[in-house]
Amino acid sequence: MIRLDRVAKTYRTRRGDLVHALEDISLEVGDTEFVTLVGASGCGKSTLLKLVAGLTPATRGSIRIRDIDVREPFPDVGFVFQQPVLLPWRSVLDNVLFSVEMLGLEPRQYRKQAGDLLELTGLAGFETKYPRELSGGMQQRVAICRALLPDPSLLLMDEPFGALDAMTREEMSLELLRIWDERRKTILFVTHSIPEAILLADRVVVMTPRPGRIARILSVDLPRPRTMELEFDPRFKAASDTVRGLIFAGRGAAR
Amino acid sequence: MTGRRALAEYAVPTVTLLGVLLVWEAATRALRVPNFIMPAPSAILGEGWRWRHHFAGHIWVTLYETLGGFALSMVVGVPLAVLIVYSTALRRALYPLIVLMQSVPKIAIAPVLLLVLGHGEIPKVIVAFLVAFFPVVVDTATGLAATPPELLDLSRSYRASAFKTFLKVRLPMAMPFVFSGAKVAITLSVIGAVVGEFVGSDQGLGYVILSATSYWKTELAFSLMILLSVMAIVLFGAVSLVERLACPWLAPADEE
Repeated sequence: MIRLDRVAKTYRTRRGDLVHALEDISLEVGDTEFVTLVGASGCGKSTLLKLVAGLTPATRGSIRIRDIDVREPFPDVGFVFQQPVLLPWRSVLDNVLFSVEMLGLEPRQYRKQAGDLLELTGLAGFETKYPRELSGGMQQRVAICRALLPDPSLLLMDEPFGALDAMTREEMSLELLRIWDERRKTILFVTHSIPEAILLADRVVVMTPRPGRIARILSVDLPRPRTMELEFDPRFKAASDTVRGLIFAGRGAAR
Repeated sequence: MTGRRALAEYAVPTVTLLGVLLVWEAATRALRVPNFIMPAPSAILGEGWRWRHHFAGHIWVTLYETLGGFALSMVVGVPLAVLIVYSTALRRALYPLIVLMQSVPKIAIAPVLLLVLGHGEIPKVIVAFLVAFFPVVVDTATGLAATPPELLDLSRSYRASAFKTFLKVRLPMAMPFVFSGAKVAITLSVIGAVVGEFVGSDQGLGYVILSATSYWKTELAFSLMILLSVMAIVLFGAVSLVERLACPWLAPADEE
């Protein structure tokens, strides 16, 4: 589905300094695969998502989605950010419809699907509420519905649960897995949390900073459907030790 | 809000105001202060009441000038802010000019304007506009620039045009800022209109205050000041009401 070949991204800061955000990134992501990107701050995880979405061009290398070169914004993706960034003047339903509206589709034809998505995420009955009337977790669910409504084949998630409290976060992780189970998508998921990265993923991409590189790609051979109890599984512990080791080794080398 | 808290919210300032008025009244009577230096509240109200039939025409003139200046400041200020936010070249060209204009004391411009444009309401409308438009431009520009970058990325990833993004995301996002600029602008417009009238006119509340003081009628001047304040408060309230109707999603401030 996605094929990154020796991708590098360099940009200039306002002061004119050159920053090597990403260096030599090669990665293939299969159809309906769930891949998490984990690493310390500044390792270019978010930049990588923007590159895949075509929001910013790569400096070197090639990015292809289904054998199409990504050179401009690629409309077959859904974006979910750390903040829900809903439109405060729109109701929950109209916020979900925002994506199809911006794509230039007729929102009225998507009302039924939007309702189904809200039902799927446990938000049935909240259609006419304003975002400020919802909790952080519920707002993030609305943002996920918004991303899913045009039925994109690729979902890019940039620390989507990073601003939530620990309990809501676990709940949302399991819910995302349930949604993914029901509507198979390819997911690229950026996170700071090692347990979250392992719990969700088919494969974990461990990245190290300055410049952002892939340290290792780990396959997670834990059974699905995943549950929180898996955290006590020795395989889970082994995987998380490996990831932690890679991240901290990278940190040591940077100093 | 509970009844008790509502009572405290309105009762305390009312009692304070009444107390101040009473002390004022008592002091001017006890010390026998001449009316032209410091009239008692009762004298101010009495004088205002005596002249009430002469006010209407002047109120209309000042209101007209104020609303004209305010409308102009919105019609010019909001698009100007849009240009500044969207075009780096225009921002570089216009921003220093706008700041320069703001730093010129408007009271100093007023006589020149009246000299050039003559008497009548138009020069006052322009003075009111010049005083009021700066906060509209600055607040609107701030609001437009405050759109979360994620929303802009999102719009771009859906290949929405810049115009669509402006209409559906950036402008509504900036509305609370536009209104806070408008609320400052409406009160400044009143000041601008009165300043214009001070410099040269034969009608309007500013003109009446000026002629009242030249006849040593301090009571009358005071009653007109009260009238002007009431006008400013009512106009401010009207803008706030429009804001609440136009942006019903904004949480009421007293929600806890």
